Amino acid sequence: MQDRSLWVMIIHAVVLAFAALTSFAYLTLMERKVLARLQHRVGPNQAGPNGYLQPLADAVKLMFKEDIMPSTADKWVFTIAPILATIPAIVIFAVIPLGPDLVVFGERIPLAFASLNIGLLYFLAVTSIGVYGITLAGWASNNKYSMLGGVRSAAQMISYELAFGLSVLVPVMLTASRSADGFGSLDLVQMVNAQAGTWLGFIPKWFVFTPTGFVAFFLFLIAATAEVTRAPFDLVEAEQELVGGYATEYSSMKFALFFMAEYMKLIAMSGFAATMFLGGWRFPYLEDIAGNWGALVGFVVIAAKIFFFLFLSIWVRASLPRIRYDKLMDFGWKRLLPVSLATVVATAVIVVLTNPL
Amino acid sequence: METFLFITTAIVAVGAALAMVLSSNAVHSALFLILNFCSVAILYFLLRAPFLGAVQVTVYAGAIMVLFLFVIMLLGAENAELGEEKIGWQKPAGLILGVALLAEIGYVAYRGTKLIDAPVADATNIGAPTTISAKLFSTYLLPFEVISILLLIAVVGTVVLTRRRVVAREERQS
Repeated sequence: MQDRSLWVMIIHAVVLAFAALTSFAYLTLMERKVLARLQHRVGPNQAGPNGYLQPLADAVKLMFKEDIMPSTADKWVFTIAPILATIPAIVIFAVIPLGPDLVVFGERIPLAFASLNIGLLYFLAVTSIGVYGITLAGWASNNKYSMLGGVRSAAQMISYELAFGLSVLVPVMLTASRSADGFGSLDLVQMVNAQAGTWLGFIPKWFVFTPTGFVAFFLFLIAATAEVTRAPFDLVEAEQELVGGYATEYSSMKFALFFMAEYMKLIAMSGFAATMFLGGWRFPYLEDIAGNWGALVGFVVIAAKIFFFLFLSIWVRASLPRIRYDKLMDFGWKRLLPVSLATVVATAVIVVLTNPL
Repeated sequence: METFLFITTAIVAVGAALAMVLSSNAVHSALFLILNFCSVAILYFLLRAPFLGAVQVTVYAGAIMVLFLFVIMLLGAENAELGEEKIGWQKPAGLILGVALLAEIGYVAYRGTKLIDAPVADATNIGAPTTISAKLFSTYLLPFEVISILLLIAVVGTVVLTRRRVVAREERQS
């Protein structure tokens, strides 16, 4: 455990949670605006200057809507499901290193809230728990469309979790190739530290610029998109075939919570992609700045990287049509899984050959 | 603090286990089982075995229970009535095994803390992933590989069994 006082940790956690919630609110605005531009529309521009108060208006609207409970629903599970979807999406932020240590009033605050030696496993555990929210929502609604959405989500998560877990293994092994004792690390802070420095003075030593890391990066992006059920893998809530999918029966804040969970998971996945493959808060030469300015620059760098992934996700949503269900399964099991297995094996061979123990 | 955490978690774990057995709705049972797995994971964390705790959540609460729920939901078996018992000796066998397990727990409790004393001394770092991996891939390499082969056999066996049924059905149709 870090040697921080309880109060510092509590304040840190609250700030982190609020930052995540605010970025979620503005991500919805960003998504609507960018989608609108990509489709040659203007997008929301009425609430506040240039539409920047739209998320606030949305929140107020959702809060004052009637909360409807379907008469045939399983009351308990129906209520718990949105909570089960949201909590993992928030707690996942704890292990993302957002920058080097910050010193405030003599207190040393690591911008990685929790530097766990099982950080990556924590990440996998929390994402795997996140499935229940959607699946249970589909079941508890007692509606065939919701049910189909829930069953689809469970099947999709199981199919893509394997490729997801395997692609995450590659950075772990690459960390091993750069550590002094030959051990890899599941700690994301150490993973970021292993990506310090440059090749030839200008290519950053990020894992994405290693041969197998490059492949694993794209595998991770595809599998992560499927895990957060974003387009083109959003069969869980396919409007054209399933009405609203798992969220059909939900209204008011319960409905908002599902959206919150989805977008926060998207932000978290972007953060992990940036951390594991793009060097986290590190950027050649900017990472050498010491002190609080270094922490600030580090935070700006990782924020920019997360922003890049968010934009990419919206871009993909605007460009690609939804995949058919059987093709989704075929792609997950017959293409993605073998390729990720081969990547893991190739990485292991390269790491062992280049680092004789 | 740790005692407080332990007592709360233990109560939740036992309560969830009881509720899982007593609940008549299969989906509720599955949910209580997940709660039980998660509280057991917290107990692992309290015992300074974070690796084990995280794996407990990922594998049991995450992967296996999702499959369970998936099957329950797909079959619509959440309110299945207790049908005719097909295996007559099921109840007595369960009773005997239950009593045996109770006796075992009683014996361990009777032997007391002596069993637990030894490993705690250097337990601070024993649950770290590097320690576990170093042990697993050196001292315990053979058991590790044997277990992986066992799992592989189970997977192949499942495929063979289901395929045989499919082939038989196709033959009957033709």
